[in-house]
Amino acid sequence: MTTATLAARRRRSALRTLAFMSPWLIGFSVFFAYPLISTVYFSFMHYDGFRPPQWSGGKNWTYVFEHYPLFWPALRNTLWLVVVTVSLRVVFGLGIGLLITRIKTGTGVFRTLFYLPYLAPPVAATMAFAFLLNPGTGPVDSILEKTGLPAPGWFNDPAWSKPALTLLALWGVGDLMVVFMAALLDVPTEQYEAAQLDGASAWQRFRYVTLPNISPIVMFAVVTGVIQTMQYYTQPLVAGKVASGVIQGAGTQFEPGYPDKSTLTLPQLVYNLGFQRFDYGSACVVALVLFALSMAFTALLMRRRGGLIQAGD
Amino acid sequence: MTQVLDPPVKSAPLVSGAERTARRRAVLEWIAVHSLGVAAALFFTLPFVFVFLTSLMSDSQALSRDLVPHTWEWGNYKTVLDTPGFLTWWRNTSLYAGLGTVLTVVSSVPVAYALAKFRFRGRNLSLMLVISMMMLPPQVVVIPMYLFWAKQLGLSGTLWPLIVPMAFGDAFSVFLLRQFLMTIPNEYLDAARVDGCGDLRTLLRVVLPMAKPGIAAVALFQFFYAWNDYFGPQIYASENPGAWTLSYGLESFKGAHHTDWNLTMAATVLVMAPVILVFFFAQKAFVEGVTLTGVKG
Repeated sequence: MTTATLAARRRRSALRTLAFMSPWLIGFSVFFAYPLISTVYFSFMHYDGFRPPQWSGGKNWTYVFEHYPLFWPALRNTLWLVVVTVSLRVVFGLGIGLLITRIKTGTGVFRTLFYLPYLAPPVAATMAFAFLLNPGTGPVDSILEKTGLPAPGWFNDPAWSKPALTLLALWGVGDLMVVFMAALLDVPTEQYEAAQLDGASAWQRFRYVTLPNISPIVMFAVVTGVIQTMQYYTQPLVAGKVASGVIQGAGTQFEPGYPDKSTLTLPQLVYNLGFQRFDYGSACVVALVLFALSMAFTALLMRRRGGLIQAGD
Repeated sequence: MTQVLDPPVKSAPLVSGAERTARRRAVLEWIAVHSLGVAAALFFTLPFVFVFLTSLMSDSQALSRDLVPHTWEWGNYKTVLDTPGFLTWWRNTSLYAGLGTVLTVVSSVPVAYALAKFRFRGRNLSLMLVISMMMLPPQVVVIPMYLFWAKQLGLSGTLWPLIVPMAFGDAFSVFLLRQFLMTIPNEYLDAARVDGCGDLRTLLRVVLPMAKPGIAAVALFQFFYAWNDYFGPQIYASENPGAWTLSYGLESFKGAHHTDWNLTMAATVLVMAPVILVFFFAQKAFVEGVTLTGVKG
């Protein structure tokens, strides 16, 4: 083959790649790269959307970290949700996954029932739980009181609002169930048989056969759980709004985090600063914090060997 | 799917007594596992049951602590559907979910195909950027995006700022489709090339028919994403109730009927129902998609 045709072929192949990649290349530039750079730019500007942006140095940054009263509570809540909610969801998801692999009668029905809540639209699911856990007339507290147990204030009590959100997250554990179910069924049966012949107890089989085999998936579930927590927005916001009785419309402004900042998460701060206080610069500071945290955990996800996401191949 | 973790050993014991013990243990295990299963099923279904029962209560009973309606008020659903705006929200949601899904699939398939089957410099970098975009909270870039759509293009108060980007490849869909296309053996593509198919023909005639389950999964995820989206409509459509979606409108419905839990729950059922119906019709594709990628962020 002559060099001329080789070069022509190479050019054609590059053009072909470019053509196929073009939707995403445009999308990446316009909806990711440009706004990300712009976010960095605005984080150093004073901008209220009406007067032209003005250079303000690090003022937005010091404001967010030192004076904005919602920043640290939101970060603390995120930490709480990562430690408590994410781990409970992984343990519960694994438990439900183990259970479904052992159910021999009506497996399909059970699997569908366990999975369904994951699909409930977040606003609708949160609304449903706000009703179920409503301290006045909700069925959960009615039943708890009938059985003589304490009936907490759930979404109306700062100490119970995050546990209530956790309950909602556990209800929607179907995604993890499916992931763990697939992983559990991939564990080689011979290993269980060998362990059984060696006289291993059920716990020992789980500890020394199941866990090592599925540990990459557990890791995957934890890291994606953390990333999802960084994006946690709709459920805490709607729960707070419904419980406080303050809903949009008629010029009402809802200060997020009801009760007592206990349901604040970082994404809500971007909305609060940008679209309620019209302080676009400070909103961009929080956005960049959110970006740094998400990317740190995404890097962790991509570096894992044996995880579900692998960039190289 | 019905494979058992540790099948009870049936052939090993020689003594009939030992065999009986083993069988009794198997029966006991069956009972234990299935009781747990029923308990878990109650935890997952009772919220739906209570919501549905409350949606059928009368106004006064919905404020009581009763669990079961005295009179079954099916008219609650008519009241909700007759609420001004509700059908508009329904139409807007269908447009956002329907058009958005079509645009996403059409724009994401070629990108995923290139990432899965072409060899080119920067492929791994592109894939890492796709994954990063997928994991990025939408709030990170919302300020410049809002200024772009609202101040420069004057499109706030509509859903277009949410629909148009879907024509440029959605990161999650690209990633999921790429994972799926990786499983298609290269021999099929080579055979098509030998038969004289160009790249586009190969994609349309050979790859697409084989990728149907992957495309179905992507379409479903995207449909659900748009149906459930709250943040997007809150940013771009909140100022114009004529552009609200169901997920966004549902909350204002609660505001307008703040003590009428029965009507709010009826509206909640109406927002949940389509998603659950779609799931029943496409369960297999959906579960496959979840297994393929893990979790939709």
